[in-house]
Amino acid sequence: MNKIIKTKFLNERVKLFEIESPLIARKRKPGQFIMLRISEEGERIPMTIADSNVETGTITIIVQSVGKTTSELQKLEAGDTILDIVGPLGKPTHIEKFGNCVIVGGGVGAAIAYPTAKAIKEIGNYVTIILGAKSKEYIILKDEVSTFADEVYITTDDGSEGMKGLVTEKLKQVIEEQKIDFVLAIGPVPMMEAVASLTKPYGIKTVVSLNSIMLDGTGMCGGCRAVVGGKNVFVCVDGPEFDAHEVDFTILMQRNNIYRDKELECNLEKQANEMQKKMEQNNV
Amino acid sequence: MYKNINARPAMPSQKAEDRIKNFDEVNLGYTVEMAKLEAERCLQCKKPLCVEGCPVSVKIPEFIAAVVEDRFEDAANILRQDNALPAVCGRVCPQEEQCENLCVLSHRSKPIAIGNLERFVADWQRENIGIQVPEIQTSTGKKVAVVGSGPAGLSCAGDLVQMGHEVTVFEALHELGGVLTYGIPEFRLPKEIVKKEIEVLEKAGVKFVRNYIVGVIETLDELLERFDSVFIGVGAGLPYFLNIPGEHLNGIYSANEFLTRINLMKAYKFPENDTPIVTMKDKSVAVFGGGNTALDSVRTAKRLGAKHATIFYRRTEAEMPARIEEIHHAQEEDIEFNFLVAPIKFNGDENGWLKSVTIQRMQLGEPDSSGRRRPLPIPDAIEDIQIEAAIVAIGNGSNPIISQTSPNLNVNQWGNILVEKKTMKTNIPGVFAGGDIVTGGATVILAMGAGRAAARAIDKYLKNKQWETIEVEQAEW
Ligand code: FES
Repeated sequence: MNKIIKTKFLNERVKLFEIESPLIARKRKPGQFIMLRISEEGERIPMTIADSNVETGTITIIVQSVGKTTSELQKLEAGDTILDIVGPLGKPTHIEKFGNCVIVGGGVGAAIAYPTAKAIKEIGNYVTIILGAKSKEYIILKDEVSTFADEVYITTDDGSEGMKGLVTEKLKQVIEEQKIDFVLAIGPVPMMEAVASLTKPYGIKTVVSLNSIMLDGTGMCGGCRAVVGGKNVFVCVDGPEFDAHEVDFTILMQRNNIYRDKELECNLEKQANEMQKKMEQNNV
Repeated sequence: MYKNINARPAMPSQKAEDRIKNFDEVNLGYTVEMAKLEAERCLQCKKPLCVEGCPVSVKIPEFIAAVVEDRFEDAANILRQDNALPAVCGRVCPQEEQCENLCVLSHRSKPIAIGNLERFVADWQRENIGIQVPEIQTSTGKKVAVVGSGPAGLSCAGDLVQMGHEVTVFEALHELGGVLTYGIPEFRLPKEIVKKEIEVLEKAGVKFVRNYIVGVIETLDELLERFDSVFIGVGAGLPYFLNIPGEHLNGIYSANEFLTRINLMKAYKFPENDTPIVTMKDKSVAVFGGGNTALDSVRTAKRLGAKHATIFYRRTEAEMPARIEEIHHAQEEDIEFNFLVAPIKFNGDENGWLKSVTIQRMQLGEPDSSGRRRPLPIPDAIEDIQIEAAIVAIGNGSNPIISQTSPNLNVNQWGNILVEKKTMKTNIPGVFAGGDIVTGGATVILAMGAGRAAARAIDKYLKNKQWETIEVEQAEW
């Protein structure tokens, strides 16, 4: 169980893992996530299930290195085992025949948007996908989404691929050209917030997937709470997807910064350890 | 024989000024001499009231008599006949409200220290001869799934495996023990003790599956296809918040989150352990609530170096539901108490960090339905108190994962599973439930009692295959 079957770098900071987890593969639905832990001292972190395969009994996660745990996770290779995996968690995406849908994936958010986009397409919606990133190298899953999406657009900050600019600029164009019924936006908080304020005046139903800090992922701690529609929600059990026009993004961003200083502390310690090691090596 | 009925040896403990700097257990336990002295005080009543006060009817005079005669192993075996986790209960049971409260000596002097003796015997056994794996009856070939590895689940599993059933325990977290592991701090209940107890269950044949959330990975209906019976003991576990403005601010935790970060994830060892906790060193930390969990939280905050670790409680010390021993320990540790205050809002800085709490001062009015005097606001007595971290410890609702995924399971308006009291059976044939998921937040021993009652009923059910009438000779829980 939890054995890594296959890995692949999608770009220098983003790595895909196919992991043996037959029970979760059988049960998971688009929009759901797992919690995982890679060592006895490790923290529990949430990871969206990007894909699954019932025949091979595997699930796919796509990991961007953003901190200690994710960068250590990235060091694992096929044949290694992930210590703990639990899931599937969270509510599956609500999927229905919306009509004309746009899915926006910012950076590694594309990995989270991918399973949902596919499911939305499968029940007969028209699906336009907009993927955005800093530059060409950071665009992921373009080929994968192109296999099913009706239209695919790329935007990059530096113009190295597709349109130069932000995903919201492309989205605005699409909205002005077509009648859009549904938007799903997944990515960094400022991007999701920008999408929400763009679609609001048009009255387009818009959903975002929130990336709160989680501990148990089962509704037991309340650490993942966010404010949606003026009310406290637990992202892990009430979400992770919510009506974008109701989400308080300022609070989400603040709460996601709770352990900022701790990450620094962690990095400093890592650097100190490495220096120590080097010094020891030099001594011998 | 002359008995000095007044001497009740005080529990030896780490000095307050030392223990607030570590997470080691506060109480050190009786020595053999102390235990024997105390055991000799027992009057060996013909009709022992203490036993009536024990939710699992431990044969208290019998085990105490064995201690008097130096038969510690026998004492342990007598304890274990009725209590699967004596080392745990000796530490965390509210004896002063149960067995010790009914001890006849309490009229004349101090009641027998039943809890301390229970702890002594259980520790003696573990440290000297090891916990014996109980005798297992011949296999019945029946399979039982136990959902949740907290006190209810463990005691149910322990009894069932002895009865010869094949038992599998499913735990949602990556470690076993439920609230004993994530909730109760090391300084009150060392995790090693919980681990040892679980090891014995494992040796007795109980299978444990971690990281397995029944409801999402496998529904109750699916479990019933591969098991003859299911016991649900998933505990409470959806923390209540105060529902006042500003509760989203950084630095505010539910007690569940705070204690889980510390106890389960060892955040106090950050950065060796990866799970962080906001800095409490030299800070003012407020804990809202008056129960054992509130005290566990505030004493933990103190150990993290808080300058002021303060309980904020709506009523007074007399109404606090926490154990007296814990209140005393807290006082010794310089925990501060702010009574008759109700928080009305949290205030933060521009980055979303907690800065202060606005409180309303209260006074006690007439008793309410719980018999405790109701706190009423004092007009205009509103003030801001500077705090940098807050822990909300006002209880738990029921986690909805199982009830949502098994819509035909009967629950009440708060999501607690409805059971028949004697047998702990639910409305679904083959499915039993007990512990906090049935009663709402209660004690470890009540949950264990429920697990045990369910085990008896499950055994009867598996043997007779009669669902409607499960005959058990058992008191109500
Ligand atoms: S992560 Fe603990 S309640 Fe959501």
